Amino acid sequence: MSAVLDHPAHAGGHAHDAHDHHHGPSGWRRWLFATNHKDIGTLYLLFSFTMLMVGGVLALLIRAELFQPGLQLVNPELFNQLTTMHGLIMVFGAIMPAFVGFANWMVPLQIGASDMAFARMNNFSFWLMIPAALLLVGSFFMPGGAPAAGWTLYAPLTLQMGPSMDAGIFAMHILGASSIMGSINIIVTILNMRAPGMTLMKMPMFCWTWLITAYLLIAVMPVLAGAITMTLTDRHFGTSFFNPAGGGDPVMYQHIFWFFGHPEVYIMILPAFGIISQIVPAFARKKLFGYASMVYATSSIAILSFIVWAHHMFTTGMPVTGQLFFMYATMLISVPTAVKIFNWVATMWRGSMTFETPMLFAVGFIFVFTIGGFTGLILAMAPIDIQLQDTYYVVAHFHYVLVAGSLFALFAGVYYWLPKWTGVMYSEVRGKIHFWASLIFFNITFFPMHFLGLAGMPRRYADYPMQFADFNAIASIGAFGFGLAQVYFFVAVVLPCMRGNGAKAPQKPWDGAEGLEWEVPSPAPFHTFETPPKLDATATRVIG
Amino acid sequence: MCSRGLVLRRRGQWFRFMRLKQVRTMKSIPRKLASVLWLAGAWIGSVAHAVSDLPGGPAVNQLNLHPPATRIAEEQHFLHWMMLIICTVIFVAVFAVMFYSIWKHRKSQGAKSANFHESVTVEVVWTVIPFLIVIGMALPATKVLVAQKDTTNADLTIKTTGYQWKWGYDYLKGEGEGLSYISTIDSSHRAMSNSGDVANAPNDYLLKVDNPLVVPVGKKIRIITTANDVIHAFMVPAFGIKQDAIPGFVRDTWFRAEKVGDYYGQCAELCGKEHAYMPIHVKVLSAPDYSLWVEAELKKAAAKLDDPAKVWALDDILKRGEKVYAANCAACHQASGKGAGPIKPLDGSAIVKDADHAKQIQVLLQGAANGAMPAWKQLSDTDLAAVVSYTKNAWSNKTGQLVQPSEIVAQRAK
Repeated sequence: MSAVLDHPAHAGGHAHDAHDHHHGPSGWRRWLFATNHKDIGTLYLLFSFTMLMVGGVLALLIRAELFQPGLQLVNPELFNQLTTMHGLIMVFGAIMPAFVGFANWMVPLQIGASDMAFARMNNFSFWLMIPAALLLVGSFFMPGGAPAAGWTLYAPLTLQMGPSMDAGIFAMHILGASSIMGSINIIVTILNMRAPGMTLMKMPMFCWTWLITAYLLIAVMPVLAGAITMTLTDRHFGTSFFNPAGGGDPVMYQHIFWFFGHPEVYIMILPAFGIISQIVPAFARKKLFGYASMVYATSSIAILSFIVWAHHMFTTGMPVTGQLFFMYATMLISVPTAVKIFNWVATMWRGSMTFETPMLFAVGFIFVFTIGGFTGLILAMAPIDIQLQDTYYVVAHFHYVLVAGSLFALFAGVYYWLPKWTGVMYSEVRGKIHFWASLIFFNITFFPMHFLGLAGMPRRYADYPMQFADFNAIASIGAFGFGLAQVYFFVAVVLPCMRGNGAKAPQKPWDGAEGLEWEVPSPAPFHTFETPPKLDATATRVIG
Repeated sequence: MCSRGLVLRRRGQWFRFMRLKQVRTMKSIPRKLASVLWLAGAWIGSVAHAVSDLPGGPAVNQLNLHPPATRIAEEQHFLHWMMLIICTVIFVAVFAVMFYSIWKHRKSQGAKSANFHESVTVEVVWTVIPFLIVIGMALPATKVLVAQKDTTNADLTIKTTGYQWKWGYDYLKGEGEGLSYISTIDSSHRAMSNSGDVANAPNDYLLKVDNPLVVPVGKKIRIITTANDVIHAFMVPAFGIKQDAIPGFVRDTWFRAEKVGDYYGQCAELCGKEHAYMPIHVKVLSAPDYSLWVEAELKKAAAKLDDPAKVWALDDILKRGEKVYAANCAACHQASGKGAGPIKPLDGSAIVKDADHAKQIQVLLQGAANGAMPAWKQLSDTDLAAVVSYTKNAWSNKTGQLVQPSEIVAQRAK
């Protein structure tokens, strides 16, 4: 973001005199040795977009193969590698780091802190991602190809994988360590570095959702590390945690994995809720309805997320009481989620709305995410899940919540804060083209998958019966359109802003926006809030 | 148990009545939607026009669950409609409010923003109402769940074993007890898939097997699942069953088919490279037909029992071996014996050509390469001897060696 890069020292909006003369490293050293939260945030965001493209190419290879029945492009072995790596790269390489990038950029700005609490650890958490990503992507070139056991890495299929499985496990370990460090940083920053007057219950929703997410991450990443370490020792050191041939239990792997995996899906959606909760009030020009209930709803979702994991495992054959418990608990989650949707609608109600791109993505998020929420409720019902488990219905469901959910919220956030990051207004026309293309192609891709799933087409299939041909062809066409829309987003929206091409952004481009990030100039100076700002009673304005 | 059955039956009738009513009103919507989507799909030039519905399997551009063939599937069908309707109503209601607001409360319409931003009453109301709705949904689901987990008092118990990549059926208890066979995808379908050309694909493309699972109509069939290597899942949508088959463990499910006919399903848990190629075909016969089938199968099984002590001539055993190879080995090692990617070639392989037969036989019995080459000990001694002999003589491996079933018996003992 060269606009930031060019004037690190002269844009201070407050009297920080001596400290403004920043003499940090320049060139590549600035990035490799970065300790500034804004630089690290930028690194995270660029990294996650790169991984989004890599994962997207894998997805398009999958959709190209599935365009017609029969194997035209890849063999089934490679197909399984593609689905596995698409999942791993998108979850651990694209969505999670993108939210960490947002946290790095926005949390210190929103709470009036000068930087993240542990600046060097922050650097380390980012640079750990690079070797992990190289291991993941490089595994395609290892003997036997990339891991092909699905992103869930179920035992005992993982025990049959080649050496790339070990590379994958190592990559997961590194990414987990990075996430845990990032989370500790975020928690300590939020709890210890808020400006005087910024009480917890006055904190912007984005910080709240990230605070809760960070606790989730610290709680579950070690669980994943345990599961994959046991897989590793089963593979190489003769243990039999999950290997039935030695008396191990493959279902135990699933329990441990999903004890991580279900909170993980909330890790990927709670910060998205936070972003939406910032944007809707800004463009409705009205305060967020039910701030306190939003905080409580987010916390309830986080707590409930620990007791629903086995709804991913209804077909493993649990006792009936187990199935009933997990069915009830899962259905219960829809209550706090519904409360959030109602609060957003109530925020819009009798507002004074405009629909710039951030708001379009936010409304698109609420609309399409809710479809994913309802299919989640339908899947939670165990008797129906027996029909739909491991079919394309599940694929449709989690893409509705992860693409139209997390990814759309990320886009909303990018458009909302891009002027603050780069000092340049993005092109509104191009933003709208990106939104409508994304929304339409997204639905063309994933809506027909509901039908495929109801009709019983299993997921992770390289080839399928002829009756499924048309919906698959439609989905493939939509996928290519969706992929192109994201390339357009980078080339036509992000790049011009990073190069400084476009109208200069005012300090607060959105007249309804509230929060401390709009109290500093655009682009945000390299150092902000070096001395704690004095806040007004609502903790949304600096008064001296 | 008895009273639950009665309640279920009565509820079933009510459900069926309700479902008929709904289906009548709702059919037109999916139909119209289907025709629009079909038109959209047609220009893609796909081969769909040559394909028609497969009764008991997927229909062309099917929009909903399979037509139910068991009471449980029917209840699932009902639950799904119930959920779909409730969710749609809520969805429409909530978004009607949102879009009304978007329409009316726009700055360009001169809307001035109001100042309200909290109300405990409202929050409590819209927490409690969804909670009550969720309870209302969970009650009927609970009843179905309890019924579908009840595998007691089965008329026929069949063990289903998932192998990479085929299904094994063992009739454990009930009429047909003792029958045991393997069900594999039709090899011509597998070859067609590899060719990438599906222009002439039949309606049961990828769903046709050599030996379907045969069961009697109207009888409670308990399916016990397990697996030999990795996790598979036994799924038959028309019966509303899906049960993971887990190595080292047994799990069970049940169905009672209400109509004779053919029903299709596929493996539903990722199990390696041929995951898409281990279909399930269940043939439901009337009681007398089923008895006839059992009788014939028992006779055939008795006749087929190979004497492992038999001494074979080279030509005969090669013919047998070629068939065994095509059914079990060609998917990975290829008909040419050249392998592919990580799959080792057999053509020219030192182990295959070795005059010491023990090495190759042990690979077949134990598997190799960490299970990438699975163990094949479930095949009969004669089949194993035949396939070993075949590989030793096929392609460029003209070793002239002959492996007799007795050698397999000896190696099994080691």
